[in-house]
This record gives sequence, structure tokens and C-alpha cells, in this order.
Amino acid sequence: MSDTLVASPRAPLPPMPARRRRNWLKIVATLLLFVLLLLLPIITGTGVAYLKVAQYVLIGAVGGIGLTLLVGQAGQLSLAHPFFLLVGAVSYAVIAGDPEESDDLVGLGLPPLVAVIGAVVICGLIGLAFAPVAGRLRGIYLGVASLSLVFLGLWLGQSLEMFTGGTSTGRTPPTFELFGFPFSNADPSPTLFGVAIEKEQRLWYLFLALAFIAYFLARGAVNSRVGRSWRAVRDNEAAATAMGVDVRRVKAGAFVVSSAFAGLAGVMTALWLDLVKPDENEFTGTYSLAVSIAYLAIVIIGGLGSVPGAVVGSIVVYGLEKFFRLGATEFGWFAEAEFGGINAVVLSAFIYGAAVVLVVLFEPGGAAAIGRRLAARMRRPAAVASVPNGRPTPERNDDDPPA
Amino acid sequence: METFVQLVVNGLGKGAVYALLALGFVVIFKATEVVNFAHGSLVLVGGYLVYALKDSMGWIGAAVVGIVSAALAGLVLERLLAGARNADHNGLALLTIGVDVIITEEIVRRIGADIPFIGDPYDSQPIQIAGLTIFRTQSIALVVGAVLITAFFLAFRFSSWGVAMRAQAENREAAALMGIRSSRVTATAWLVAGALAGVAVLFMATQDFSGAGLGRGTHAIALIAFPAAILGGLDSTAGAVVGGLVVGLTEALSAQYISFEFSKSAVFLVMLLVLVIRPSGLFGTKELSRV
Repeated sequence: MSDTLVASPRAPLPPMPARRRRNWLKIVATLLLFVLLLLLPIITGTGVAYLKVAQYVLIGAVGGIGLTLLVGQAGQLSLAHPFFLLVGAVSYAVIAGDPEESDDLVGLGLPPLVAVIGAVVICGLIGLAFAPVAGRLRGIYLGVASLSLVFLGLWLGQSLEMFTGGTSTGRTPPTFELFGFPFSNADPSPTLFGVAIEKEQRLWYLFLALAFIAYFLARGAVNSRVGRSWRAVRDNEAAATAMGVDVRRVKAGAFVVSSAFAGLAGVMTALWLDLVKPDENEFTGTYSLAVSIAYLAIVIIGGLGSVPGAVVGSIVVYGLEKFFRLGATEFGWFAEAEFGGINAVVLSAFIYGAAVVLVVLFEPGGAAAIGRRLAARMRRPAAVASVPNGRPTPERNDDDPPA
Repeated sequence: METFVQLVVNGLGKGAVYALLALGFVVIFKATEVVNFAHGSLVLVGGYLVYALKDSMGWIGAAVVGIVSAALAGLVLERLLAGARNADHNGLALLTIGVDVIITEEIVRRIGADIPFIGDPYDSQPIQIAGLTIFRTQSIALVVGAVLITAFFLAFRFSSWGVAMRAQAENREAAALMGIRSSRVTATAWLVAGALAGVAVLFMATQDFSGAGLGRGTHAIALIAFPAAILGGLDSTAGAVVGGLVVGLTEALSAQYISFEFSKSAVFLVMLLVLVIRPSGLFGTKELSRV
């Protein structure tokens, strides 16, 4: 919005050479990061523990991106993310499941790629079905209403055992395959720089591809007409209507998109755990209230509405927890903690809880705002120094790329 | 019929506890427009102190300390929120989420493997009246809830604190210009809400109420009070009481007649139904938007 409608006073552009050098820096940094991500399985070597942590961060990133679009861009509070994770995971297992595997379980036996797409579509449709409720409610009322989906998911997951496998055993999701290439251990498996590309390495590349698709789709949505209509509705529904935005449709659309992202994250969760199992209670587990809160924390820490921020948030919330757990098993951290001590889960909860508090107290824009501020400081130190708070354009909270 | 009467009485007892929690949400929301996601951790603070102290200083002393500390925890939270000067009330609600994560993890860690029941004087001692079996916990909760809620409404209606509180909820600036100390009103609102949570937990972590001791489950029960507050309307104190009773009854009746697993979903479905018909809850102020 701000770009097209508000002509904000800006400092004059710096001379060209500096600008060109900055672009080069940016391109080189992006390339380096990309190569690093591609080579991660080689860097971590044959042990897959670190790779599992990195995979988990990507799951959180995909889900977090979906939630940040809904909460940050479209301004609709939702706590229903774990429900869509569950639906995505179960849909994948059902659509791709082998019909002959068990008499008690429903499986359609379709190709896994179809199952992934199907799971995402199903989640989107359920998001659409919730839209009439979402369209009527606002703020905290919507947040608590969406909480009902988590409880509904808990109950459905426990009672529909032919789909979910029940709380005691669950069911094993079928191996992902792409045009005959299985994402499982194979003999012989190809090697890359001496590291065998086995199941976890293959899953890493799959997750990386899915995360990139999710990331760029979300960036595209944010920077296009869709994102502008989301922000218009978020900022003022009446004004958005006056400008020709169909508020109900836009709100429903945001819910659909966010649910679809969560569904994809759900499929990834199923593949990561190699298990689809509904939770036994509403407060601990893979699809529980704790996950609702964790996803909100991801979005808050990253900065509401920021797509790259959601990735950072996922590193803080999801990455740290798995990393501490890894430390506990590999290096014996928290060994003296036993039950009731500071263990991996407790420590990571302390850190992300504190991060949420600090973000709200000192930088409501989250990691995204910190990043913007750093970038601005590198760009034009003099101009920034003259502006109070170092925020040259405070109205730009909408994750547009820097002009 | 007998089962039904039994269920209604026990359901109302649960409802009274939900009403205490919901009233806390509403009082805080009215005074500050902040939705307190950390209500569950206020509950845990009170419950933990009762658990830790009841052996050394007796149950009654521990209960008093628990209630007072839950109230003080509310006050501490209020001070923290007051320090966040550049956050609006939505940001503050997010801040309470962060606080909640920390306090909950810490207390659950301290409780460890115990998962203690803390309703010693009344837990698991059902009363038999005229062929009905009524849980003692629920009946005491109903009486205590009724007394506290009546006291609250009397204070809200007649005391100078109540008048100041209602004035501030109506119009913050005008109230300040009339000489009402906004910070004092806000602080007492958090104190009251914390104390109510401290009372509620005495009944929540019992065999009769939830069948589970103090722990993560207790924290989750506090989230069920959210639908109670929302259902009645977040800015209506009477709505909180009605919402609490509706939630208690729905949970008790659906657990008996449909299934225990379904009972929590039933609470949320009833809330959804109410919200679809009345988006601001039963007694909530309708949001008007002027263009």
C-alpha cells in the first residue's frame, strides 16, 4: 500500500557505485547461502543428526511462512495451525497409503506426488470451509474460534482410526517417490563427494525444494496485488472496501493459502517423523496447543508479516529445540538434569519465550525489522544517524523489498 | 433423571470455576484491552505454591499463600506490560504468550513427575444426597464461586474501585481527566484476576474436577476458560459468568451423553455456534465501524 499511495519523503539516493557494490554483495551472499544449503549433507557427513535438525527447521519455516501471511499480512489471528498440520499429514498417508497394507487402514494407493498435492488441496479446502466463520470474526474472537479446530482435530484424530491409525500405534506414511526415484535408503546409492545420498540426504533436498517453492510463492504473493489486498484489509476494512477490495473474499483467500502452507508442513512432518500418529491429549504432542503457541512465537520473533522473518523464527524456535536435543543425545548435555531439571525442551522454551518478550518490548517488528535496520545502516550511515530511532521509513512494515 | 440432575450440579460446579477464570480475563480486558494469554500460568503459580507448601504449613495456609502469590504474579505481569511503551494492546497480548511459555515450562519442570492433586480437604469425597452422588469439590466450588462472584459484582457496582474501573473501561481519557488514576485501576484489575485464578486452581487440580493433578493439563484447562469469556463477550462481566456456566454444563453433559473425548470439542463447537450468530459473544459490545 504505502508504496503506491503514500509518497514518503526519502533521503536522496546514494551515488551509483556504492549501490552497485551493494547489489553485488547481496548476490554473492545469496549464492553463498544457496551453495551452503545444497552442500549441507556433505558438510554434515555421514551422521544424519544435524541434517535432521536442519530438515526440521525447514518444516517450521514452511508452516511459519503460512502463518505469517495470515497473521501478519492479512491481520487474522489463527491458532489452528496444528490442525492443518494434522490434516496434511493424515491426508498424505491416506492418499498414498497402500490399500493392501492393513485391513483396518484406508489407503488409496495413489502416487506420493499426487498425495502431497492432494494433502495441500484438502487443507486449502478445509481452510475455505472455515472462511465463513473467519469472515465474521475479528482479532481475539477469531483466535479462540480457530482454537476449536485444534480440539476438533484431536477428537477426530482419535476417533477416525481407519485414517489416522489411532493414538497407540499410528500409521507409517508411505515413502515419497518422484517419477520412480524413491526418497529412502537404496542399494547402491549414489555418492556425492564421498557421502552416500541416502534417505535423509534425499529428504533434505526434497524439503529444500519445497521450502524454496513455499518461500518464493509467499514472496510473490506479498509483493503482488494479493498481498496489497491482504494489507489493505488488515489496516482498515472499510477503506479496503471503498477501494474495491472484496473483504470477505480476501479474508477467505488468506485462510486458504495459510492452511495450504500448513498442510505442506504437515506432509513434511509425517515424512520427517516417518510416522502419522494423532495426539493423546491437547497440550503435548505433534499437533497440540503447544505447537499453536510455537508457531505464533515463530511468527512474532520473525516479525509479523515477514516471509524471511518466519525462516529466522523457525531457526530460533524449532531449530534450537532440536539442536539442544541433539546435544543431549550426542554430547550428553543436560545429563545431570534427569526428570524435572533444565532439559533441552525447557531451555529452548525459555529462550523462545524470552525472545518473544524482548521482541515485543524492544523491537515490535521482530527479526525482519532488525534486518532492515542493519541493512539501512550499512547503506547510508549518515542518513540513518540523523533520523531518530534509526528508522527512516517507519510506515514500511509491510515487507516490501527495499525501494 | 437422577443422572441428569447429578450432571447439572457437577457441571455447574465446574462452570463456577470456569466463570472465575473467565471473569479474570474480562476484568483485565476491560481495564487494559489486553487479552491475557498468561492466565494459565497465573493458575499454575498459585497451584504450585499450594503444592509446595501444604505439607509444611497446612492446606489452608498454603491455599492463602497460593492465592496471594497468584495475585502478585498478576501484578508483576502488569508492571512488565506497563514497561512496554511502544507496543499496542495486540503486541502486549503477544508478550503475555512469551511470559506464559516461560512460566509454564518452569513450573511444570519443578513439579516434575509428581502431577500432584491439591484439593486435599474435599477431593474424592462424594456427597450422597437423596440418592444423588455429587462431587464435593464441585459443590464447594459452586458455593465459593457464587460468593466470590457476588462479592465481585457488588464491588464492581458500588465500591469506588468498581466505579473507577467502569469509568476507565468506558473512556480512558475522560476517566483520567476526572482524576481516576489509571495505573492504580489497571494494577488492581490484574490483582483481582490473579487472585481469582489462584482460587480456581484449588478446584482444578483435583481428582473430581479433571482427574489429573497439577501440570500441563491444568494450564490447558485455563484455555477452556477462553471460550467461556469469548462466548459471553470479552467485555462483559455478566457474560463471563454465563459463559462459564454454559461451558461447565456443556462439558459435563456431552461427556456423559456423547463421549468423554468429545466433551472439550463440544465446548468449542457451542462457542463457534454462538459466535457465528453473535460475533461479539452473547453480551459483548458490538463493534461499530464508522466510515
